[in-house]
Amino acid sequence: MSSHTGKFGEYGGQYVPEALMPAIEELEDAYERYVLDNEDGFMDEFRGRLADFGGRPTPLQRADRLSERYDTDVYLKREDLLHGGAHKLNNALGQVLLAKYMDKERIIAETGAGQHGTATAMACAHLGMPCEVYMGRRDINRQRPNVFRMRLNGADVTPVTVGRGTLKEAISETMRDWAENVEDTHYVIGSVVGPHPFPAMVRDFQRVISEEAREQVREKAGRLPDSVLTCAGGGSNTMGLFAEFVDDEGVDLYAVEAGGSSLEVDEKEGIAPNSATLSTGTDGVLHGSRTRVLQDRDGQIMESHSVSAGLDYAGVGPELADLVDRERVTAVNVDDDGALEGFHRLSQLEGIIPALESAHALGYLEDNHDALGDVILLNISGRGDKDLETVLEETHDRDIEGAPDIETFAATGGFQ
Amino acid sequence: MSSISEAFADGPAFIPYLAAGDPDYESSLAYVEALERGGADVIELGLPFSEPIAEGPTIQSAIVRSLEAGMTPTRFFEFVADLDVDVPLVCMTYYNLIAQFGEDGERGPEAFVRRAAAVGIDGFVVPDLPAEEAGPLREACDEYGCELVFIVAPTTRGDRLERIMSQVSGYVYVQARLGTTGARTSVSDQTEESLARIADWDVPKAVGFGISTGDHAQRVIEAGADGVIVGSALVDIVAQGAERDDPAVTVASKLEGKARELKEGALRGASTADGRPHPERT
Repeated sequence: MSSHTGKFGEYGGQYVPEALMPAIEELEDAYERYVLDNEDGFMDEFRGRLADFGGRPTPLQRADRLSERYDTDVYLKREDLLHGGAHKLNNALGQVLLAKYMDKERIIAETGAGQHGTATAMACAHLGMPCEVYMGRRDINRQRPNVFRMRLNGADVTPVTVGRGTLKEAISETMRDWAENVEDTHYVIGSVVGPHPFPAMVRDFQRVISEEAREQVREKAGRLPDSVLTCAGGGSNTMGLFAEFVDDEGVDLYAVEAGGSSLEVDEKEGIAPNSATLSTGTDGVLHGSRTRVLQDRDGQIMESHSVSAGLDYAGVGPELADLVDRERVTAVNVDDDGALEGFHRLSQLEGIIPALESAHALGYLEDNHDALGDVILLNISGRGDKDLETVLEETHDRDIEGAPDIETFAATGGFQ
Repeated sequence: MSSISEAFADGPAFIPYLAAGDPDYESSLAYVEALERGGADVIELGLPFSEPIAEGPTIQSAIVRSLEAGMTPTRFFEFVADLDVDVPLVCMTYYNLIAQFGEDGERGPEAFVRRAAAVGIDGFVVPDLPAEEAGPLREACDEYGCELVFIVAPTTRGDRLERIMSQVSGYVYVQARLGTTGARTSVSDQTEESLARIADWDVPKAVGFGISTGDHAQRVIEAGADGVIVGSALVDIVAQGAERDDPAVTVASKLEGKARELKEGALRGASTADGRPHPERT
């Protein structure tokens, strides 16, 4: 995997306005010194804070009832138990700490589902940095608990109303803020996307997931897994989980994308009713890097869709795109229905309410466990508390095995 | 001498920008033509991209209006062919549209520049394409005799200046201040510092970002620029016209008047600057 060149095969690079290039070069230098070379003990401090503040290591749990259901060994990496309820803290804490080492005075971030914004707000409060988070209007409406959590941690949440008001627009808006305030501000990108060094740097902050998981699975199962699977939106938990397994040729890697309501696209309206970028996207340039994107034939970026706000993005990390091209990672997808079923199944069988993002991986496991081997490692990238209102609404219209009787729940007053 | 270089030969160049097809194809043709009547020496035409990360709210809204009215790269080239203007035209767009243009098997900069040159485009500005990634587009521009304009920002220093200098042609777009495009009420002090850093470059310097009045244009030329680039102040006139549903002829007339004000400001700046020491003219 490349760290220094900024290129992953044909993908990656730095496609940003000139005003940002000096900041990107400054960040590249800081990434190499502090993250790769551990200058001033940066990585030691990062690991220490991940342990004490973040609660690492997170457990690897054998899911007994899922294992029984599929007659195989299913291990869950419990990133939902990380402080804040998602893997996002690994990256946010790393970047905010790096910004402090770089003497930056202000943090900006964008967020889709709100988990990255929440993690960034927490890291900023922890490290004493002012924080502004851009969030699409539509996402604010569907992720209200996270918005409140960000405010509780002292962050300003700025609504983005242009376009459809989701993550894509929020990223563009944050880049504009960065262009205006680049001299004293660091932009904490929330995934393995954007211009170099972000894709490599975010992967390295998330790599701790696979460092732990690889050791834990060897200890518990006595060997490496046959298959490793997790959800893929931008791809940060995906690359974090895959990083240490990429060289293990006997381990199959599955990136489970959001199939949304359909894999067909509406070219005329410019809408892809899915976020399956690796499965259906094409080579393009978006938000600072060359990667796979959902676009029409002219190169205009499409509106994406997923029941899970955290996967609802028209791009994907360039390294992941390259790994799929090289057939090291298999890109698959699960639709909204399958994800909701996975959500209820894990809640009922294991007492774990997963994020709707992770529920896509659980949906894939249900239908494909026979092909995944005897030892399966699956990442629960976050917990599902943030998704309860969405799940209530979406379950209402569907007949889902194992789901509670939503009609009765609604009739008795729901959340009121 | 290329047509863009010629535009700078006889005094300060006034370079207006409009998003092609904003708010609709026919009106936009009339608006661009009005800019030439108002004194434009070069015209920058925006080919709208759905994620314009370098633009502020004014031009972003123009891009949305144009896209909603059906603008596409193919339609853009028809638009250029339909324009009745004699001044050089520069296409301002984002790299993904260039990378995707053409038929399968030959998509990319070569196909894009070939088509653009055929309809009369003389140069390109691509805000999300830094010099490091510009190789394929630079080659295509050389092949078809087009200029490739790069932006120098207030933050650009050292090696980056060298890299840009080795790639730029036509004119260098000097970004007057940090941030995104958008009209402002004053001209930034960063302008003079930026111009001083590139004073010895052998290419005309045109200043853009935040210039909205004849007085701003005058100041920028006095500060040593060879040209002024104005976008948002003109796009504002188009936006107001669209909002109020004014007849295209009324909006075109306002654009022509605004263009004249800006051009005259630039000319005033040149005559004032001629009377005192100046990095370009001493």
